[in-house]
Amino acid sequence: MRDVAIIGVGHTKFGRASKTSLELFSEASLQAMDDAGVVGKDIEALFQGAALPGFEEGQVMPAAFSAAELNLGPIPATRYEGACASATVAIRDAAMWVSSGDCDMVLAGGVEKALTMGTAFATRTFAMSCHTPTEGPVGLTFPGVFAMAARRYSKEYDIPLDSLREKMAHVSIKNHGHGALNPMAQFYKKMGNLKVEDVVNSMMVADPLTLMDCCPFSDGAAALVLCPVEDARKYTDDPVYVLGTGQGSGSSLSKMADLTKPVSRIQSAKVAFKHARLEPKDIDILELHDCFTIAELIALECLGFFGWGEAAEATAQGETDIGGKIPTNMSGGLMGKGHPIGATGASQVYWMVKQMRGEAAKGNQIDPVPEYGMTDTLGGDFGTLCHIILGRTRK
Amino acid sequence: MKKMVGKEQEEIEKELSKEYVALTYADYEEGLKAGKLLGLKCAACGGITCHPMPVCQWCSDRRLEKIELSGEGEVTTFTVIRVASEGFEDDVPYIPCLVKTKEGPCVVGWLDFDAESVSQDVIGKQVKMSGIHTYNGDKFFSGEHVCPVFKVME
Repeated sequence: MRDVAIIGVGHTKFGRASKTSLELFSEASLQAMDDAGVVGKDIEALFQGAALPGFEEGQVMPAAFSAAELNLGPIPATRYEGACASATVAIRDAAMWVSSGDCDMVLAGGVEKALTMGTAFATRTFAMSCHTPTEGPVGLTFPGVFAMAARRYSKEYDIPLDSLREKMAHVSIKNHGHGALNPMAQFYKKMGNLKVEDVVNSMMVADPLTLMDCCPFSDGAAALVLCPVEDARKYTDDPVYVLGTGQGSGSSLSKMADLTKPVSRIQSAKVAFKHARLEPKDIDILELHDCFTIAELIALECLGFFGWGEAAEATAQGETDIGGKIPTNMSGGLMGKGHPIGATGASQVYWMVKQMRGEAAKGNQIDPVPEYGMTDTLGGDFGTLCHIILGRTRK
Repeated sequence: MKKMVGKEQEEIEKELSKEYVALTYADYEEGLKAGKLLGLKCAACGGITCHPMPVCQWCSDRRLEKIELSGEGEVTTFTVIRVASEGFEDDVPYIPCLVKTKEGPCVVGWLDFDAESVSQDVIGKQVKMSGIHTYNGDKFFSGEHVCPVFKVME
C-alpha cells in the first residue's frame, strides 16, 4: 500500500447557486486541477459525493456526467452516498484506490444543491436518511434528533437545560464568527458578532434547538486531486498527506445505546487515529461536523479531545477557538460556511489543506500553521461517520 | 470436464421458501393498529428485540419468536418539533420521544403531552402505549404508516 497526498484543492462559493450541480462540481474540479498543475487526461478516476441529486435536479448518476463535462474520457466515475458524509466517504475510497496502486491520480470531492429545494422539501429529503420504517411515521427531523441528544446530554451530565443552551450558543457564536471572515462562506460578513441571547432567543425549531443552533441549507461544491506521495512533489511544494482514515456505520435511533456517545463515530475516529499512528494530543486543528451546536460538543468528546460532558464548558471558555486547546471549525464550520451536504467533507479537507499552507482567511488562520489536522463528517442520525487525518509530514 | 445440467426448478423454489423474518414491519404495524407492541424473544440470550429485525438486536442469534410487549416503559428523551418536514405541517407542535421499554429495547414514538408545558422533568417518567399516530405517507413512502403513542402513567 502506498502513502497518498493531496496536491490540489478547489471550492466554490457556498450559499445559493444559479449554476447546475454539474457546473458547480466542474468549477471546483478545475480549480483543484489548476492548483495541482494537472490536466484532464492525467485523471484516472472520479469519486463524487452527492446525497440528494435526484430530488434537487432530477439527476441520478451525476458522477458519470461530471466526468463527461470535464472531458475526462471513459474513466470510472462513481457517486458516493453517505448522506451528509458523502464526500468524506468518496475521498476515503479515492485515497484507497491510489494507495492500492490501481490509480496514480484521481479527482475526489462532492456537490449539493440543497438550498434550491426550499426548507419544507429539503427537510423532507434530509429526513430520508433517518430510519424510515420507524422514524418516518414519527416525523423526526434532523434538528429533532439532535434536540433529543441535547436533552440527553443535559440529563446525563446534570447540566440544567438553560445553562447547556447558553454553553451550546458559544458553538454558534464561534463558528459564525469565523464564517463571517471566510469569503467562500454562505454567511460571509454576516452574523460575525452574535451574542448568547441572539442564539437562545431565535426561532425555536426543535426544542431546545433554535434556528441559530442549526446550520443552513446550502448549494456548493469542493474537489481535490490525490496522487501517491512519491509523485506529489513533482506537482507541489506543499503536499498534504492523508495519514489515516476511518469509517463507521450506525443504527436506527432507537437501537443506539446512547445518543451522546455514538459508537459509529467513536469507532471510526479510533481507526483513523490508529492508521495515522497519532493521538488527539497530536492534532493541532479540527474541522468537524457542527450541523447543530450540540453536535459539535458530542463530536469533540467522541474524538477524544475532551472528557465526557466536558466539551460544553470548554467551548464556553474558548478552548475550541484560536489560542485554545484545539481550534475547531476555523472555516466557519457547517454553521457559518454552509452545508451543501454532499460537498461538506471535501470542503473540510479543503480548509485543512489551506490551513497547512497558511492560506486560510485572516482571523481564521492559526499560527504557526498546523502540522496535523483532522476532519469529522457525520451522515444521517449517526448512520455514517467518516474521519480523515491529514498532515504536512508523515510522523 | 464436469457436466453442467443445471438445478431442478423445484429445488430452487424450495430454497426460496425459507423464511428469514419472524416478524415483518407490516405485521409490526398491524400489531400497533390493534393496540399491541409486538417484538421478538431470542431463544439464545432471552433478550427482546423491538422494532423487529431478522436477528436478535442484542446477540445476533436468529432463533426468534414473536411476542407481545407490555407497552410500558420510561421516557429517555424527547423534543417538541416546531418546524416540520413536508407532510407534518398540520401536526406541529408534536413530541417525538424515545421510550426504554420494561422488556429492554427502546422504541421511538410520540408522547401524548401538552407541547407548551412539557419539560425536561418528563425524562424518566413511566409511560404506557396509549394509541398510535397514523402518517398518511407521501410519494416517497407510500401508504399509511403508524408509530406508537405513549402517555405518562399517573
